[in-house]
Amino acid sequence: MMASIRIALMSIRLVMRTKAALFFTFLFPLLFLFVYLGFFARGNPDADLYYFGAVVTLTIMGSGFWGLGMQSVMQRERGSLRRYRLAPIGPGSMVLSSLLANYLLGLPTIALLVVCAMGFFHMPLRFSLLTLLVLVTAGTFAFAGFGLTISSIANTMQEAQVYNNVIWFGLLFLSGVTVPLPMLPQWIQRFAAFLPATYLVTSFQAIMVKRESLFDLGAELLALLVSGTFGLLFAWKLFRWEKEERISRRAKLLSVTFIIPFLVMGTWMNAHRGLGAWEETFSLMSRPPLAAGQHAAPADGNLLEDFENSQET
Amino acid sequence: MSNHNNGAVVRVEGLSKRYGDIEALRGITFQILPGEVFGLLGPNGAGKTTTIEILEGLRQPDSGSVTVCGMAPAQEPAALKERIGAQLQATVLPDKIRVEEALELFASFYQHSASIEMLLERFGLAEKRRSFFEKLSGGQKQRLALALALVNDPELVLLDEPTVGLDAQLRRDIYALIEQFRAEGRTTLLTTHYIEEAERLCDRVAILDRGRVITLGTPRDLVESSGHGTRLEVRLAKPVLPSRLMQLDAVMDCREAEGRYFLHAQPPAPAVAALVRFLEAEGNALLDLHIAQPTLEDVFVEMTGRRIGD
Repeated sequence: MMASIRIALMSIRLVMRTKAALFFTFLFPLLFLFVYLGFFARGNPDADLYYFGAVVTLTIMGSGFWGLGMQSVMQRERGSLRRYRLAPIGPGSMVLSSLLANYLLGLPTIALLVVCAMGFFHMPLRFSLLTLLVLVTAGTFAFAGFGLTISSIANTMQEAQVYNNVIWFGLLFLSGVTVPLPMLPQWIQRFAAFLPATYLVTSFQAIMVKRESLFDLGAELLALLVSGTFGLLFAWKLFRWEKEERISRRAKLLSVTFIIPFLVMGTWMNAHRGLGAWEETFSLMSRPPLAAGQHAAPADGNLLEDFENSQET
Repeated sequence: MSNHNNGAVVRVEGLSKRYGDIEALRGITFQILPGEVFGLLGPNGAGKTTTIEILEGLRQPDSGSVTVCGMAPAQEPAALKERIGAQLQATVLPDKIRVEEALELFASFYQHSASIEMLLERFGLAEKRRSFFEKLSGGQKQRLALALALVNDPELVLLDEPTVGLDAQLRRDIYALIEQFRAEGRTTLLTTHYIEEAERLCDRVAILDRGRVITLGTPRDLVESSGHGTRLEVRLAKPVLPSRLMQLDAVMDCREAEGRYFLHAQPPAPAVAALVRFLEAEGNALLDLHIAQPTLEDVFVEMTGRRIGD
């Protein structure tokens, strides 16, 4: 455990000394914040909260796929993992240190996003920071598992980039992180129910816009935690110190089983719970801001029209 | 620091390793005794790095047995790594890690570690303690790699080609450091393809070629047991048939290349005297004479028909 902590702290120090890493860790998420809240939310507090959830999800996904997902592959290709192998530390220490470093770097990033959203866009703090922290932790854990699994199964940097691009863009456009889910065709929404990013972004939006508690998101949290656990176990078992070590096709296929929790969730969502909760959150976001003393009216189902009207306000 | 005083520190028996169709090791056997500097000498591809990586636990043999400090590397890797120090053929660290940080980080992995200040001073890195790894010269990187190998104050040090790519002065600096290991009672395994390095540093040498140990012993014994004799390199005013020089006293063989004659003689003094008398009788003159003692390279050539550098 101490070895993991020391390696993690060293990794953080190394990030702080690399300009590119600093940019992508701290400044790049701010670009998304300004685009989403500046262009899409346009001063609507509920919309600020709605899109803030997407920004946080993007940040967590990015650090999982493009941070962790690439870092281990790069270290392996470069040969720097070899020196660690001579020391009395095992793959578990290396995997855990990556997870810790990713988490410890992510927390100030999220905090910076909250501060900037409140400072520049007057996003109201209508949610519990503790609830946000728990969800951030669960999301980081889940996507760290994805990223580390990809870095374990990819034999080269190019291969890792291919996997990351395919998964990243799929999640980006089909899970509600960019285009709100209720604006997508029903069949895509049903498909989105099987995607891990969907549960993260809708959970953030649920706690921020609908002020739901963690208890209301038990199923989503469980799916994220179970998936993250699977991912980290695979990353540990499939960990390779050297680029000459190749991974079998069977092991690659086996590692995909970390998405089983989301297959279960997706099936359950489609069969029993339905997609209404997402529509409800979206409808709350897309209403015009309430004047003093005014009460909210029930949504009439014209989501797209309501959204467009709110943007014109 | 404890040594195995009543047995070998390293025992290798019948070690074999294959990479696809290539047999990297074909049943090699040797032992390393406590406190000695043991060399694995051979050309590139002889199996030196494969051997040392098996001892370090980085690779698994296909057959044979390996015992290092009384342990099998595959079965007790963590316990073994506490007792050995290793320097890889190429040590790569993160570009932005400082020298001092690298030593502190790796020292923290061990239950027992050496003083970082002592290591910085000993390996001439004190002034570079705050330098990033990417800013170090080749020699400084190699010294850092050696310092990392000693960070846990090990009883056995494994060095894989520690001076490759370094200039002559740096190589001598590294030799001095390795000689200190012996003075401290550490056991050292050193792989190299430099004859001078093996002859200068090693108490015993195993010469590897194509995955086999072709001979093993002290450098002196190996050279003396070689039938090569002393090498005489001469340049003459007029050409002579090598077969005529072969007939001189104590001359064992002779070949000619680009106007120079290479004779092997044992002992050398009578051969030189006979050469001078011969040249006087022929009306010839000796323009240049160079005498070289036999080396491990001569041993290798004798046993394989090739030079180590070929």
